[in-house]
Amino acid sequence: MSTEKKNNDDAPAAPGGALKEAESRLHYAVRELSQSSWVITLLSVVVALVVGALLILATNPQVQATTGYFFAQPGDFFLTSFEVIRDAYSALFRGAVYDWQAATPDRAIRPITETLVNAVPLILAGLGIAIGFRSGMLNIGGQGQIILGATCAAFIGYAFNLPVGAHLLLALVGGALGGAIWGGIAGVLKAKTGANEVIVTIMLNNIALYLLAWLLRQQWFVQTGSNQPIAAPVEDSARLFGLLGTGFRLHAGILLAIAATVFVWWLLERSTLGFEFRAIGENPDAARTAGINVPKATALVLIIGGGLCGLGGAAHLLGTEYRLGAGIAGTLGFDAITVALLGRSKPLGTFLAGVLFGGLRAGGVLMQAQTGTPIDIVLVLQSVIVLLIAAPPLVRAIFFLPNPDGTAKSPRRRRLKDQQAAEAAQEPAPTQEVTK
Amino acid sequence: MKLQLKGVTKRFGTFTANDRIDLTVQPGEIHALLGENGAGKSTLMNTIYGLYSPEEGEILLDDKLVTFNGPGDAVEAGIGMVHQHFMLIPVFSVTESVMLGYEPTRKAGIIDFAEARRRVQEISARFGFDVDPDAMIEDLPVGAQQRVEIIKALSRDAKVLILDEPTAVLTPQETDELITIMRQLRESGTSIVFITHKLREVRAIADKITVIRRGKIVGQALPESTETELASLMVGREVNLTTQKEPAEPGDIGFSVKDLTVLSGAGKVVLDNVNLDIARGEILCVAGVDGNGQTELAEAIVGLRSAVAGTITLDGTNLRRMNVKERLNSGIGFVPEDRSTDGVIPGFTVTENFVLDQYDQQPYSNGVAMKPSVMREAAVQQISRFDVRLGTVDDPISTLSGGNQQKVVLAREMSRDIRFFLASQPTRGLDVGSIEFVHRTIIEERDKGTPCLIVSTELDEVSNLADRIAVMYRGVVVGVVPGDTDRDVLGLMMAGVPVEEAYAQAKDHHTILGEADEEAQT
Repeated sequence: MSTEKKNNDDAPAAPGGALKEAESRLHYAVRELSQSSWVITLLSVVVALVVGALLILATNPQVQATTGYFFAQPGDFFLTSFEVIRDAYSALFRGAVYDWQAATPDRAIRPITETLVNAVPLILAGLGIAIGFRSGMLNIGGQGQIILGATCAAFIGYAFNLPVGAHLLLALVGGALGGAIWGGIAGVLKAKTGANEVIVTIMLNNIALYLLAWLLRQQWFVQTGSNQPIAAPVEDSARLFGLLGTGFRLHAGILLAIAATVFVWWLLERSTLGFEFRAIGENPDAARTAGINVPKATALVLIIGGGLCGLGGAAHLLGTEYRLGAGIAGTLGFDAITVALLGRSKPLGTFLAGVLFGGLRAGGVLMQAQTGTPIDIVLVLQSVIVLLIAAPPLVRAIFFLPNPDGTAKSPRRRRLKDQQAAEAAQEPAPTQEVTK
Repeated sequence: MKLQLKGVTKRFGTFTANDRIDLTVQPGEIHALLGENGAGKSTLMNTIYGLYSPEEGEILLDDKLVTFNGPGDAVEAGIGMVHQHFMLIPVFSVTESVMLGYEPTRKAGIIDFAEARRRVQEISARFGFDVDPDAMIEDLPVGAQQRVEIIKALSRDAKVLILDEPTAVLTPQETDELITIMRQLRESGTSIVFITHKLREVRAIADKITVIRRGKIVGQALPESTETELASLMVGREVNLTTQKEPAEPGDIGFSVKDLTVLSGAGKVVLDNVNLDIARGEILCVAGVDGNGQTELAEAIVGLRSAVAGTITLDGTNLRRMNVKERLNSGIGFVPEDRSTDGVIPGFTVTENFVLDQYDQQPYSNGVAMKPSVMREAAVQQISRFDVRLGTVDDPISTLSGGNQQKVVLAREMSRDIRFFLASQPTRGLDVGSIEFVHRTIIEERDKGTPCLIVSTELDEVSNLADRIAVMYRGVVVGVVPGDTDRDVLGLMMAGVPVEEAYAQAKDHHTILGEADEEAQT
């Protein structure tokens, strides 16, 4: 009775039932993602590599040729298959970590630095998204926040003339601020009106894209004197300085990413603000009852998350791209979501996931160049990894792992349903699985 | 119809909810299934009703083996169930509710409303239910809604009727009507399985009592057994049903609410000019049927709901313009009604839950950074003082039982410097041992001189704790009466009868349970 009444009173947006339902499912999926174990992650990578290998085989002309006479000479098929996969994956590895075939030692270690270069914006933006996930908010607006961050950083970078340290600092702060404002719009709207952050941030992505396209047509903005929709390059004083000298692109952004990782860990695990963030993420009702200002915390989550995404965009521009164009963000914003999911929304996990994705991207280039394997395979790998992490029971089934709840593999879905119902019914009973 | 269970076992993972249950319910018998929360009563009934399929054992109806693949099969076989939370649609009429899923039809599948209506009237008249077939469910009082559920079951020719905690939501007078109905059904040959954890009712109503503890049947008893015997059978050790307490020594008024009016989100008045004064060292209990404004009262006091008028005064300070945090910091200790949604954050550790409303206060933080070691130390210390059973304080609180979670909440609220204690349903869903502990703790807090306001819908709890009782009905305080007021009087007040009239009426007409109480006393 009482709950029924509560719902009537507290739900002014009754027609949004379906939306709410979908949203709670999304939340469930995210929670599921962030709670499955490291083993599952590792195994998911393994399965993804296998799926990738199958796709490589299916599209490789050499392998296709051997299938024509498979029954006459099956050995040929298997040998070719093995060689193709070995070549593709070793190229992927050499392109991402260490190239043992390179002519000079510099060249040999260059891949890992490229991986880190790619990882910088992914880590920074991934951390921004992860803060949202931990606080129960699905920030899909990484893309828009990155665009705003890059835009602000770029403009400060070429439009002002400042001493070396100050210029870089201002550009970075400007970038973070740009992202924070973009995230903050969604945050304040959610806090004040209850607007769904998923929808608002998606819409803001489009607005950011077209805002940038418009800005690139304004002469006061691009300051190039040409009609090309590309801005002037940022001054040297505003660029993130290289760490390893000429021949390497690795820049100080990686230090920024490491610092941001430590900061986000401190924020979430040690600060009172992070306690509020996690509390509203886990159970906003209890947080409110405990006196936490939920709207304020909600707004701050998206402001800080947006700021980190903006910083990611700024680091990408000031460290790698130097010139602002319409495609500055690429698919960074969406990859960042994947990175945060893969990293289970934990700071260190997000860092490692960022490095992994940076490596896949760097290695994919070499793989395509040397073996003709399409770089799209990398996208398949990324997608399969996330898909599998989202469905731990599937991974457990593939590897015959026991269910962590201690129950045997249930052949029927009904059993699972029973269990859930029973947990609800048995709520006050002492929980048996104290040690999981 | 005779219902027989043989060795029914139901497991969930490694947890055995029902362990080789044997049970026989004779035709025309009221059989009470008595057990604590979480003992496995509801699981057993859901198994009989076809919602769960048992791992082992057999169910026999009139000595014939049956298997159910769902509630549909069970209904077909003549089993009806009235759930604790009614399965009714508020905007349906009584007739519509009763026929839902079993609509009588005429040619071409057109629903025969007249036939359905006639059936409702027929059953209603046969048992003297006094239910208007055209009334809307949402307009009916809870007791009448329950009767609709019973009619629903009977209209599907139920020969065995399962009632799951049927009295939880009723006033004593409504309970009385229910008892009458149950007796009539028994006369007509219907077997009734009646699930409860309330000892008084069992003794007054049941023909036979089966006690279940931790999923096992621990004994049969006859209604002649005393409450203490039944309680120790149910809990497995000697228990004190009433908590010992000294008479209150009320000081001056510590906390008061004046003319408090609160509107719901939809603009309905849910609290109407509520006035309450609570002295230091006194427990005031707010009694009433669930949903009569008690929840809103507690929420308004803590600041989770804003009041449109009135004052809330703690030690001379008006709290009304303060937010939740300011109110808690000015000395309110608050135990919310729904532990799992409002009281704790399940994924947080015990330590984190322990500091949930003080995380940004000294000594747990300097305002910016938290001090995990200080938090942990305080949690460990208080947890042992409140006798919380757990692995370590670093485990998620969701690994604790309900009773232990509630103790963590109490430890949190009572370990800081409070000047007013407010608890809503502090023992809902707890086992008897935890209930004893919670009651003792609240009385200790009173004896320290703290004014205490306890909201409870359980009359047992109210009469156990209260120094004075305020009864609420539809957002209004009907009256404030002494703590030892007769339950029949309280019951009438819970239905909105003013104090004097309630006393007069209760004198003339005792409820069945009230009479049983008197007999037991003499």
